[in-house]
Amino acid sequence: MTPLIAALRDLLAGDHNADRVVPPTGFTARLTSFTAGAMAFLAVFALALSLASGRLANRWSSALAQRATIRISAPADQMAAQTAHVLDILKTTPGVASATALTDAEQRKLLEPWFGPNLPLDTLPVPRLIDIHETATGFDADGLKNRLAAEAPGAVLDDHTRWRRPLVAAADRLRFLGLISILLIGGATGAMITLAANAALAANAQVIRVLRLIGARDAYIARAFVRRFTLRALAGAAVGTVLGMLAMLLLPAADDAGGFLTGLGFQGVSWIIPLFIPPLAGVVSFAATRAAAFHTLRRLT
Amino acid sequence: MIEFQNVAYSYGGGELLSEITLRLSPGSFHFLTGPSGAGKSTFLKLCYGELHPTAGRVTLEDRDLRAMSRDDVAQMRRRIGVVHQDCQFLDHLPLVENVALPLTAAGQPVSPEDLFDLLSWVGLKSLADHLPPSLSGGERQRAALARAVVMSPDVILADEPTGNLDWEMSLRLLTLLVELNKMGKTILIATHDLNLIRSAKSQVPARVLRISNRRLQLAGSDL
Ligand SMILES: Nc1ncnc2c1ncn2[C@@H]1O[C@H](COP(=O)(O)OP(=O)(O)O)[C@@H](O)[C@H]1O
Ligand SMILES: [Mg+2]
Repeated sequence: MTPLIAALRDLLAGDHNADRVVPPTGFTARLTSFTAGAMAFLAVFALALSLASGRLANRWSSALAQRATIRISAPADQMAAQTAHVLDILKTTPGVASATALTDAEQRKLLEPWFGPNLPLDTLPVPRLIDIHETATGFDADGLKNRLAAEAPGAVLDDHTRWRRPLVAAADRLRFLGLISILLIGGATGAMITLAANAALAANAQVIRVLRLIGARDAYIARAFVRRFTLRALAGAAVGTVLGMLAMLLLPAADDAGGFLTGLGFQGVSWIIPLFIPPLAGVVSFAATRAAAFHTLRRLT
Repeated sequence: MIEFQNVAYSYGGGELLSEITLRLSPGSFHFLTGPSGAGKSTFLKLCYGELHPTAGRVTLEDRDLRAMSRDDVAQMRRRIGVVHQDCQFLDHLPLVENVALPLTAAGQPVSPEDLFDLLSWVGLKSLADHLPPSLSGGERQRAALARAVVMSPDVILADEPTGNLDWEMSLRLLTLLVELNKMGKTILIATHDLNLIRSAKSQVPARVLRISNRRLQLAGSDL
């Protein structure tokens, strides 16, 4: 660990002479800045996507509230029996936390906005409602429907909020894909910087050979390359991150009704998260260049 | 100082050097001769560990070069100044920085006065700011010698250091090497310039080694 810490310290301190021993790597170095910048820009979006779909999944799954309703239509004299039977069925259904039949008073309250307060409920064929609370896992809606059709033909399962369930799953999947994208972007950055570093090392094979012959240690030779590429990646990623964050800032303002697209952005403290992208790019570049340099050096006596 | 114990070397084909046993004692002065392609440069590369023997071993102060860590090899090369046949400069750095390179790479302080004294000593003071590719072959060889001695090494190996020099400059360079030898440095010069060897023998008790038929022999006094 200590040589690594020493290498990091050297990196930050800098050494004018050690930098000069390697000629300017112009094109590959600019390529590194550009790659790091573009990758950081993409990473900002992947991060925003991931955070936004995470928020969406949370909002939707709490909106689901894990509730459903059963409506029982039956002749008045059979209503009580069917209701009791459906409640029995629900008791034995896995995934149902609790089920309660609404009382007449509760039903009247529900209908009041449409029919006024003086509705003669007992003379009208108003269906009985059963309010179901699900467990976290939920119940098998199709199985329950089949069972109700067979045993209580007047009962209809109304699971209208269930359409959101696949959306929550999709949002979760999207968040996961966003995180995978960030990892892939990090990996691709490392790979591209390794390629650029290898190109620079190959172009400077003679310089490296001379340095080795006059008694320069591997760490000294590697440092000139590592420092150059790390600083380039750091600067490129900083620019890319700032541009990415500006682009997010300039998205049309999000209001809650705007849905997913306008919600794509950072909120509150999550604006801090993309600021970690440049240092991460620096670390990736440092590791990639150092590994490439030592790999090249070990082939030299 | 440097010791060869039954060393052989081959680049992959047949053996180029065989059964070489030799001790370069501290403060000695040796010439290495032999026809072109005999393996003089190869021999020198074995001395500072750029090549490892295919058989036998090379030691510096009883330490096997092959067994050294990479950092120890770097350390060892700071004690052996080498004038390479093809000079080996960093073409993007001015001459003075090339000469100072062993010091800067070792993290040692560089005194500009000492550096310019050294450049004057090899007659290159006025070319200090020139880039190596703009120098003549002879100027490059003198710069290579300056770089080889800048760390004040214990051993100086020179591979045909006078190959591109006129006779006058060759003598001057020889004088520099003789001076260094009188300061106690161990010197080994690969050359096929017999006049140079004769001239050296009149100044120091130099011994002449000769590579012929893959073996190293002490050359006769007929030189
Ligand atoms: N890297 C190499 N790979 C293969 N053969 C080589 C290599 N370097 C030198 N040789 C061969 O080894 C022989 C000796 O080379 P060298 O040591 O440079 O001889 P000298 O310095 O005495 O002229 C030559 O035949 C040369 O072609
Ligand atoms: Mg040679």
